[in-house]
Amino acid sequence: MTFWQLYRRNRSAVLGLFILFAVFAMAAFASVLFPEDPFRLAGKPMSPPGENGFFLGSDTLGRDVASGIAHGARTSLMIAGLATAVAVFIGAVLGGLAGYYGGWTDDILMRVTEMFQTIPSFVFAILIVAIMKPSIQSIVIAIAVVSWPAVARLVRGEFISLRNREFIQACHSVGMGDLRIMLAEILPNCLSPIIVAGSLMVATAILIESGLSFLGLGDPNIISWGFQIGAGRTVLRSAWWVCTFPGIAILLTVLAINLVGEGLNDALNPRLRERT
Amino acid sequence: MNHSAKRIRYVLKRLLQAIPVILAILVVNFFLLHLAEGDAADVLAGEAGSATPEYMAQLRQKFGLDKPLPVQLAIYLKNVLSFDLGFSFRHNMPVSQLVLDRFVPTLLLMVSTILLAVGFGIVLGLFAASGLNTWRDNVISFFALITYATPLFWVGLMMIVVFSLKLHWFPTSGMENVAMFYEGWDRVKDIAHHLVMPTITLSLFYLALYTRLMRASMLEQAGMDYVVTARAKGLTERRIVFVHILRNALLPVVTMAGVQVGALIGGSVIVESVFAWPGLGMLAYEALFSRDLNLLLGIFLLSALLVVAINLIVDVIYSFLDPRIEVT
Amino acid sequence: MNTNASLLDLRNLYVKLPGGAERTHAVEDVSYTLNNNEILCIVGESGSGKSITARAIMGLLPAPHVHVDQGEIFFNGENLTTAKESRMREVRGGEISMIFQEPMTALNPVMTIGKQIDEVIRFHTKIKKKHRRERALSLIESVHLPDPKHIIKAYPHELSGGQRQRAMIAMALAMEPKILIADEPTTALDVTTQAQILKLIKELQQSHDTGVLFITHDFGVVADIADRVAVMQHGKIVEIGTTDQVLNHPQHPYTQALMRAVPSLTPPAVREISDKEELIVNKLTKTYTSGGGWFGLGEKERVVHAANEVSIKLHHGETLGIVGESGSGKSTLARCIVRLINADEGEILYHNVDLRPLNRKEMRPYRSKIQMVFQDPFASLNPRSKVGRIIADGPRILGVETAEADKRAREMLELVGLDARAWDRFPHEFSGGQRQRIGIARALALDPEILVADEPVSALDVSIQAQILELLADIRERLQLSMIFITHDLRVAAQVCDRIAVMRLGEIVETGATSTLFSNAEHPYTQELLDAVPGRDWHPQ
Repeated sequence: MTFWQLYRRNRSAVLGLFILFAVFAMAAFASVLFPEDPFRLAGKPMSPPGENGFFLGSDTLGRDVASGIAHGARTSLMIAGLATAVAVFIGAVLGGLAGYYGGWTDDILMRVTEMFQTIPSFVFAILIVAIMKPSIQSIVIAIAVVSWPAVARLVRGEFISLRNREFIQACHSVGMGDLRIMLAEILPNCLSPIIVAGSLMVATAILIESGLSFLGLGDPNIISWGFQIGAGRTVLRSAWWVCTFPGIAILLTVLAINLVGEGLNDALNPRLRERT
Repeated sequence: MNHSAKRIRYVLKRLLQAIPVILAILVVNFFLLHLAEGDAADVLAGEAGSATPEYMAQLRQKFGLDKPLPVQLAIYLKNVLSFDLGFSFRHNMPVSQLVLDRFVPTLLLMVSTILLAVGFGIVLGLFAASGLNTWRDNVISFFALITYATPLFWVGLMMIVVFSLKLHWFPTSGMENVAMFYEGWDRVKDIAHHLVMPTITLSLFYLALYTRLMRASMLEQAGMDYVVTARAKGLTERRIVFVHILRNALLPVVTMAGVQVGALIGGSVIVESVFAWPGLGMLAYEALFSRDLNLLLGIFLLSALLVVAINLIVDVIYSFLDPRIEVT
Repeated sequence: MNTNASLLDLRNLYVKLPGGAERTHAVEDVSYTLNNNEILCIVGESGSGKSITARAIMGLLPAPHVHVDQGEIFFNGENLTTAKESRMREVRGGEISMIFQEPMTALNPVMTIGKQIDEVIRFHTKIKKKHRRERALSLIESVHLPDPKHIIKAYPHELSGGQRQRAMIAMALAMEPKILIADEPTTALDVTTQAQILKLIKELQQSHDTGVLFITHDFGVVADIADRVAVMQHGKIVEIGTTDQVLNHPQHPYTQALMRAVPSLTPPAVREISDKEELIVNKLTKTYTSGGGWFGLGEKERVVHAANEVSIKLHHGETLGIVGESGSGKSTLARCIVRLINADEGEILYHNVDLRPLNRKEMRPYRSKIQMVFQDPFASLNPRSKVGRIIADGPRILGVETAEADKRAREMLELVGLDARAWDRFPHEFSGGQRQRIGIARALALDPEILVADEPVSALDVSIQAQILELLADIRERLQLSMIFITHDLRVAAQVCDRIAVMRLGEIVETGATSTLFSNAEHPYTQELLDAVPGRDWHPQ
């Protein structure tokens, strides 16, 4: 069966893909749909949804909630995507080296990984951003720093199980170089779990990013969903919509990515599915 | 083959293993201090410039900031190990005392959350797995999927809107109604009343996590050979599920509970700041606003130690569940 | 139903497989009977449906995907296919018991042996706890496990493989069942342990009058314990009869082919071997250390001598067998010779060059000279690489031009008897035997002088095994190869090897010409191994 045929069997994964496309489209066309700066005062403050030309209402400063959500989609996807890419890269390199070489290399790298996993990750991220001053770079760095250990453990486990397989020993017995064995022989065999873990990590990254900007640690020049909710919480009593809609945006996006991740898992590791 | 002696040895071993982790966390803390703008004294004194020049000079001397980095590190370690975490000018109190004061509310929130999330997660996961692909499984899995994708702070805010502002069931914020001067059982009841919403908010995400994990773990164990053996022995399905599968399925859940403690502390920062729960998380939120980095570092340190401690407890629990510990 | 009915009577049993499977039924039209105090062996290769039949009797088919859709199973005249689940629970463990292939995974890892035995008694009787404990202790004693009071409190991981299987048998016999179903109970065990377990099953069967349904793929085992034999192929019974009839006078062509494929324990005529020494291994030592450290808080430091001053000589054109049980260090030795593992001490002399201390770069020119064939045909080929690349990669790495390497690889495919179309396919499209051929082609593509084969046929069914052994013998002649052949199977060793070295606990206890070793073993351990070979007194024609 082709990949798509396998993927399609999981209905909710298809739905997830659909939602995710919608979010991407929203991010891509944000400047077309809402050409103005989302921080701009766009009309009467505290307008409920549907009034004064605000589809989803306006906040205390008269900013358009809908515009903020569309532009915020860009921020979320970009930061989460970048952070995940960095985390997967670091994790794959360190995990791969630890798993392949074993011995003291493994001991040292795994102690470091363990320590990073012991550190409360969100508090650590807060500290990094606070110390480096909030900006896109610092947020990406913070999320990547707290996310890579999970990838490292996964990749290490895969490398350990694969490096003892007989086909890898066959490579050694013809004198193949370590780098080539790692990249050309082992890595292709553990790509699917990495892809699945990576996709689920994007979802977590979005949640961390929104948490950071909710606490006021977002890049002050860029609108984001977490920031919108943080800014709206003071008027929770009188203007529920300011907090509600960006929250739904986060929920749907994260849900969609999780569903896609599960769908990828089912399609890439079909054996696991058969049993249930 | 003395099992309890083995267990004690295992716990001691884990205790020893925790020491390098704690030291490494201290080193990370030290380097974070150096990552910030200005020298460590600026950070330690708080950025608003609220410290007096004399105090700044005293700090620089105390931390040996003119000395090479390794010496500074040694001095820093010595200070921390004697529980000297510096002074918070914002709060006009030593950091160590400040964090200790806020420690108990956070611990209360954490413990109630862990109990709720792990307990219900296990029960829900068990229910879902035992009725695979029935409506029961579908409802539980759907619920887990949604809560797994919801940001904590948003859940908190929505709960405030519904249960506090609309229904008036629970207070919106704080840990107790200070104005009432409750004592004894009344005070306990009051605190419990305040505790309900923060606990539910914080536990929802983890509840979803443990439910999914427990369900998957139950299904995996149900396919094992020993289950066929149990069936071939003529045991009832009830006995097989609740005695054979359950105990094996719990192992990864307990491991996960330990791994997730760190994340839980992160979540408590958000939940405490949403519900103004006067714990470490709330303190961190305040420190963020006043850019009191030294206080943040102190909180970070204490929460890391808390994770190490809870992980140790989880290891002990695990050793009771799995007789094979000394093998791994 | 008359009261003289057989203990177990299967009549035209069909077991349906879910849609999309290779065939519609796992078991088709199977009928046989089992009587009191009788051992019936069900023999067949993998996928023949022998295990599924057993599970159908126990009502343990993975419903609803796989189920009995026609036929009856009568147990003492009672139709089990229509019995209620509550009645089946009484039958299972009470009147019909089962033991399995993997005693490690078949026992619950977090429950003590005592508790797992106790459970059976508790669910089938109303005996009080104290008496149940006494019963468990006597059961443990009856399967000859040492120190029952200690075993009853032990967890499965604390026992050895053979001890676990004994515990499993104790559990199965707790209620003195009328039928014991044994599903490949000795396949995962070493040959000496296997012999003991077989003896135990036979002893208990005779003393309790039990009917035993014994499932196996090993005709040696059949010869040792069976009263009657049923041979299965593709879900059907092709032949059934007494052991003598089936083993010595097979009627069906399939059974005849199987009998021919079983290697004989009598070595063939001695071959002429040159005196030229191709490889000399001198006092090779490899030690593994684990545990220790942590101020003595960790587990006790364990030192394993995987190879302890091992010395062997390989002559030109000779096949030297290394024989031993699991943990004897035979695989470690093979890997040290191919330099997949670095030995600690000793010499590996190849034409007077010591290979042991060579680093990667220095080793390069010698890599192609010594090549390896691996055991597991599934793990030994990269699932993501096409067969052509797998074979041609070796020469390319060692500097052969791509076109030349490809040409050589195609020749190798032909040499091992594979179609040229295999070139562009992935390993998963091939059967186990074909994959093993690909593995052999990969090793031969480098034009080696020495082939180290690590259990090359032990993962294969007996008929495929014969083909691969034939291929190896053919290649050895045509390419003038010298071969080191690692195996645990003395029958295979008898047919393939010119000389044999017997290994135990990292040491070589005895080396000698195959025929001498088989007729006149000097070391008691060699004799023990020979005595343990299943079907030793049976000589397939």
